Amino acid sequence: MVAYIIRRLIGSVILLFVVTAVTFAIFFLLPRLAGATADDIASRYAGKSASPEQIHAIAVRLGFDQPLYEQYWQFAKGIVVGRDVQLGNTVDHCPAPCLGYSYIDQRPVLPTVLDRLPVTVSLAFGAGIIWLLSGVATGVLSALKRGSIFDRLAMGTALGGVSLPIFFTGQLCLLIFSYTLGWTAHGGEYTPITENPGRWAYDLILPWITLAFLYAAAYARLTRAGMLETMSEDFIRTARAKGLPERTVVTRHGLRAALTPIATIFGLDIGLLLGGAVLTESTFSLNGLGKLSIDSVTSQDLPKVLGVVLFVAGFVVIANLVVDILYTVIDPRVRL
Amino acid sequence: MRRKRLATVIALGAVAALTLGACGDNAPPAGGSNGPAANNAGVGKIANPSSEKGGTLRYVNQDDWDSLDPADTYYAYSWNFIRYYARQLVMFKSAPGGEGATLVPDLATDLGTASPDNKTWTYHIRKGVKYEDGTEVKAQDVKYDVERSLDKDTYPNGPTYFNDFLDLQGYTSPYKDSDPNKLGLKAIETPDDYTIIFHLKKPFAAFDYFAAIPSTAPVPPSKDTQTKYKDHVLSSGPYMFDQMNPGKSFTMKRNPHYDPATAPTRPPALPDRIEVQLKVTNSNDIDQRLMSGSADVDIAGSGVQPAAQAQILRDPALRAQTDSAITTRLWYSVINADVKPLDNIHCRKAIEWAVDKTNLQRAYGGSVGGDIATNMLPPVIPGAQQFDLYPTPDHKGDLNKAKEELKLCGHPDGGFSFNISYRAGRDKEEATAKSIAESLSKIGIKTELHNYPTGDYLKLYAGKPSFTKANNIGIMVYGWAADWPDGFGFMAQIVDSRTIHQSGGNSNLGIKDPKIDQLIDSTLNEKDAAKRNSIWVEVDKQTMSDAYTIPGVWAKGLLYRPKNVTNVFVTDGFSEYDYLALGTTNK
Repeated sequence: MVAYIIRRLIGSVILLFVVTAVTFAIFFLLPRLAGATADDIASRYAGKSASPEQIHAIAVRLGFDQPLYEQYWQFAKGIVVGRDVQLGNTVDHCPAPCLGYSYIDQRPVLPTVLDRLPVTVSLAFGAGIIWLLSGVATGVLSALKRGSIFDRLAMGTALGGVSLPIFFTGQLCLLIFSYTLGWTAHGGEYTPITENPGRWAYDLILPWITLAFLYAAAYARLTRAGMLETMSEDFIRTARAKGLPERTVVTRHGLRAALTPIATIFGLDIGLLLGGAVLTESTFSLNGLGKLSIDSVTSQDLPKVLGVVLFVAGFVVIANLVVDILYTVIDPRVRL
Repeated sequence: MRRKRLATVIALGAVAALTLGACGDNAPPAGGSNGPAANNAGVGKIANPSSEKGGTLRYVNQDDWDSLDPADTYYAYSWNFIRYYARQLVMFKSAPGGEGATLVPDLATDLGTASPDNKTWTYHIRKGVKYEDGTEVKAQDVKYDVERSLDKDTYPNGPTYFNDFLDLQGYTSPYKDSDPNKLGLKAIETPDDYTIIFHLKKPFAAFDYFAAIPSTAPVPPSKDTQTKYKDHVLSSGPYMFDQMNPGKSFTMKRNPHYDPATAPTRPPALPDRIEVQLKVTNSNDIDQRLMSGSADVDIAGSGVQPAAQAQILRDPALRAQTDSAITTRLWYSVINADVKPLDNIHCRKAIEWAVDKTNLQRAYGGSVGGDIATNMLPPVIPGAQQFDLYPTPDHKGDLNKAKEELKLCGHPDGGFSFNISYRAGRDKEEATAKSIAESLSKIGIKTELHNYPTGDYLKLYAGKPSFTKANNIGIMVYGWAADWPDGFGFMAQIVDSRTIHQSGGNSNLGIKDPKIDQLIDSTLNEKDAAKRNSIWVEVDKQTMSDAYTIPGVWAKGLLYRPKNVTNVFVTDGFSEYDYLALGTTNK
């Protein structure tokens, strides 16, 4: 088990290296291949009416004129030991782990990312709990009462949930529950849980439900299919024959077996969501990681994009690892 | 609406007769002619006046500031808002309409005094103006912030007017200054704590506009934290920063050391607190919050989104809370004389005649989006004159006249082709490009549309002469807003051929006429504002008779004014609500 985790961790580091290298190449190599000069890249960090000399000075200062491997090396070194950033006539320090330095904000990227993280974590886990509970419960009930009105209604709603985009359902929910009825907070509100847990939940309940609706639908369909398959297995018949109560048959034997694939997908989904639910965060104007990455792309703040990508990739890798370890708990047949 | 705007101009007494005359002949259809118009209680007068203090005024911003540092900011709303926490030498008067476009002293005791050659400008600083820490503002602090603003490596965002006009003698940055007090710039003298003298390398008679740039707000050298200063600017105005969450939100509270007696030109500071929420990306959400009363001001000041616009114009109760005023923004296109045969003025004139301007207006949402522009200078700019050198029936274009010009150009049936560029993702500019292409196809000119990334449009594409020439881009769709409401503030960066650099990044997309350059130079040394204004009208006329630009629309925005906001009016100084005057009933 320990050896397995260590192996996986080493693999994760290599994976992260590949992710940064590819991201770096997309933002710094591709423009060069397309014919952009170092000055062209630097020009977006210069002011409105910068002279060619000023732009060139910036290109030299930020190292855009250096070979790409050298630039990547500086970036990678910064992650381990930190680095000093030349800002013309002043110097700023980006402490390790330096995920990059935004020349537009004139700040290191990591503090900004960490600052946005609580919003995204709150959103992802809150929504995650809601969709897991509601999705799995609906799926189980649907499977047990296959063909009933409940089953059809639930699966119809689920189909709608999967098909409707969040910028539509989100906007609609805001219109109904916030602007018209005034039951929930309007967009752009977020209170840290440490400050006021009640207010935290109040501000997030609408984004949670909107986001959870989308996922719950998929989970309900998955659970239903899994349950239907499991409940027709021999060991269920055996369990029933033993005279076990139906409730035990369903929860201890049926659901447990059907949960394995759900756990895998849940891990991946949470990992991805921790990287930012871009549409949800944008619709509800929540300043999480997803919105940060979109904002950085629009303002062409490449170091920030790179930093966010690296951070998010880290999450996905860790979430995968956690899921793999959880397998052993859910399904004792799995040995690592 | 146009009438009210005119009335203000007349009241100002600024070349009223000229404006009227021009309007009588060629005025575009009045704004709001199709469908219900805005209520406009805050245009040219004060809506919901009140002197009641207290409460919290809540701003929302779809984006974020370029920087809160007075040395490093260029956004219009930032220059409007900065008066809360920074006192420049001179500022735009806090008054409705055209009066808001006039300058009054703020930190200075009076407007500047010029030497006869307009190269030396002296200001005296008010005594007893205090920062939030209780120390007094000194002339040296003003000098220091101007020095900081010169350092475009550290502060890239602000305008470069001081870099361009001060007699720098090689000075680049206070951070490279060998003077122990970091006050080594010889172009600015501070003979005592309350006097500051600017020395220019070329005359500039309208220097008071420069003195209204935020970088003339004081920054004490001992408090300068360089790029981190933007996180807490030491306030010299009525409000100081309280909580700061960069990129998310900030709040301001009253500056206990602010003394209204030192600010006779300022309105009373009404709210007790100011809250600003940043990066509220869902702009429909912003509009809904304004209407539901959970936010007070959309700080960008460009008006509500189309969805809310339709909702508001349908509902008389909502409509009663709206203002619509022309801004200093012009949506226009430039005809590139570097591309053959557009080097021939007759070919360019053929385009001017052919274009159907009602389509250009439609591209910007019809009369709610703006008025049809027939020349460059937006009518809200003092002294601007409306004229039309290419008048066509109902602005729909005149194909016969266009064909006559094509004959003179040697291409009687058109038969040539070029590309039209616009900024990617900007639907209105795409619609503009399409409608120009459609008009031109009627006189036999074939065009192809190309879009380029918005962020690099000037630096790498339309603003780079070698690129436009190589890519046969004959027309470039663009837009421009004045740095301040004055001929220089609007025109200088877009028609002066000397601002064109081969390396790109130009906002002058190709207007090259020595006559225009000469006219611009003659404004620099003209002390009489009215005469200066009339020269800018000549610049405008020359640009139009050269047929270098296709003016499209003078932009308007539909502003929503929530009921709990008091003292609301649009100022021509910023073409937004005057933020300094606002109060709130929201406790």
